[in-house]
Amino acid sequence: MTMREAVARFVPDGSVVCMGTALEAAIPFAAGHELIRQARRNLTLVGPISDILFDQLVGAGCVARIVAAWVGNVSAGLGHNYRRACEQGVPAPLAVEDHTNLTLAVALLAGSIGAPYIPTRSLLGTGLLESNPGFRSAEDPWSGRPVVLVPALTPDVAVLHVQRADAQGHAHAWGTLGVTREAALAARRVIMVAEEIRSADEILSDPNLVLAPPMKVAAVVHAPFGAFPSPLQGCYARDHEFFHRYHEETRTVEGTRAWLERWVLGVPDWDGFRSRLGAERLEAIRVKTPAPALPVDLGA
Amino acid sequence: MSLPVRPIPAGFTERELMVIAAGREIRDREVVFVGMRLPLIAFAFAKRTHAPGALGLFENGIIRDRPAPATLMTMSDTPNLPGAVWSTGTREIMGLLQQGLVDMGFIGGAEIDRHGNLNTNYVGDWRRPKVRLPGSGGGSDIASLSKRFVVIMPQEKHRFRERVDFITSPGFGDGPGWRARMGLSGGGPAAVITTLAVFRFDPASAEMVLASYHPGQSVATVRAATGWDLRVAPDVRETATPTTDELAVVRDSDREGFWTR
Repeated sequence: MTMREAVARFVPDGSVVCMGTALEAAIPFAAGHELIRQARRNLTLVGPISDILFDQLVGAGCVARIVAAWVGNVSAGLGHNYRRACEQGVPAPLAVEDHTNLTLAVALLAGSIGAPYIPTRSLLGTGLLESNPGFRSAEDPWSGRPVVLVPALTPDVAVLHVQRADAQGHAHAWGTLGVTREAALAARRVIMVAEEIRSADEILSDPNLVLAPPMKVAAVVHAPFGAFPSPLQGCYARDHEFFHRYHEETRTVEGTRAWLERWVLGVPDWDGFRSRLGAERLEAIRVKTPAPALPVDLGA
Repeated sequence: MSLPVRPIPAGFTERELMVIAAGREIRDREVVFVGMRLPLIAFAFAKRTHAPGALGLFENGIIRDRPAPATLMTMSDTPNLPGAVWSTGTREIMGLLQQGLVDMGFIGGAEIDRHGNLNTNYVGDWRRPKVRLPGSGGGSDIASLSKRFVVIMPQEKHRFRERVDFITSPGFGDGPGWRARMGLSGGGPAAVITTLAVFRFDPASAEMVLASYHPGQSVATVRAATGWDLRVAPDVRETATPTTDELAVVRDSDREGFWTR
């Protein structure tokens, strides 16, 4: 399925979308840019941290609410669009449900196991209990000690960038995973964005490495370098310069508009984005020295 | 929130001094929650000097017993995986933290107060913030659940406040006994390392105390950059100057000088 079709069919306006589940790695920028091109509105974005993808979607006016532990630009600093939206309502007001990395992870874990909530001993004494009214203070019924109940998160859709998948959506992901496995199971459905499409026989040669069961996967999209400028283990390194230029170029609303025009709205699709970057830039970050793991033997 | 880079006497930068001071807080064989930014280099420095047995935890799911083979801009950069002893997910790492298995963790901050509470969420009223900061990340969890934590941040008067507007990462709250009343299992802040000085905490008052000022600073300059009537340790001194060997290790761990120059 093309990205255009997957986003059109499975991410309507108002969706709760989980993205950026591997923290600074494997961020599904190709999917995020298509959401901007299709002018999605009123999205709720869910993720542990976001290294500029959420900032881009906020700047483009796609987002009404964010559920996250951290939003910004990891190596460069603050996210200018996130700040403008929170502080001035520009381009649109933004509601934020503050989490920590622990609480976001256990919220998705609760969703993934069908539990209504999971208690934690984090958050005690913090302002997050006030700024996120979803958390409930409670007492451990056994010890009587204070705990905080973290309600389950069950996003409408998780968009996950993986190294490889087959056409049916059986997918292999490795390297930094963050909350990827919990998100794949907590979400009602998953869009798998794959660096590479392989045969079902090849993917199912290692079912231990398969990320999610068939009933969760709604679409498979082939998008080489689809996580650029974030890194993908075994495939390509992080393009630090792209993050730093974004930080400089999005300081103003006009700057953000120009950035979106150049990199997102002014190209038809992800192939267009890659052409604009140029083959040389992608070649520069491509992993040159393979380091394959020991194969496993699944002999019966 | 990048730190200002100012050369200080004797041929090293403020950030090199901070990274080395932070690295010295790691003891050998400790389990360390590393996190992001300067601690990435502090961990590499400690591993290569006095703490070869330390284990580093990263909230993206990685555990390492040796420094990464290249300078990291983020914990999820591809060179952080080769040589890892475990690669799993966020909740497993956070689970180990919640079990009480982390000896020390590093946290950055935008604002801190005299009892070591950190704010990385909102400047001003959180309902109508003057500044929306990026948020907790794993900072709040590390502050709540690690046996002790160390703060690394730039020091300016407006960041060093009598009381923060919003507690993201709990220190000692409003004073002695607060953490126990809240039910917090971790031990609280042990040190604060800034662009100007190193602070520790007085157990009796749970208050930040000036332990050492960096070369080129003084008790007076540090007090002038603190938003409350700062207490000074009776044995206050100058922060130990980095040795040539220490500087060589830091520069080799950050070859292009992205974090420390």
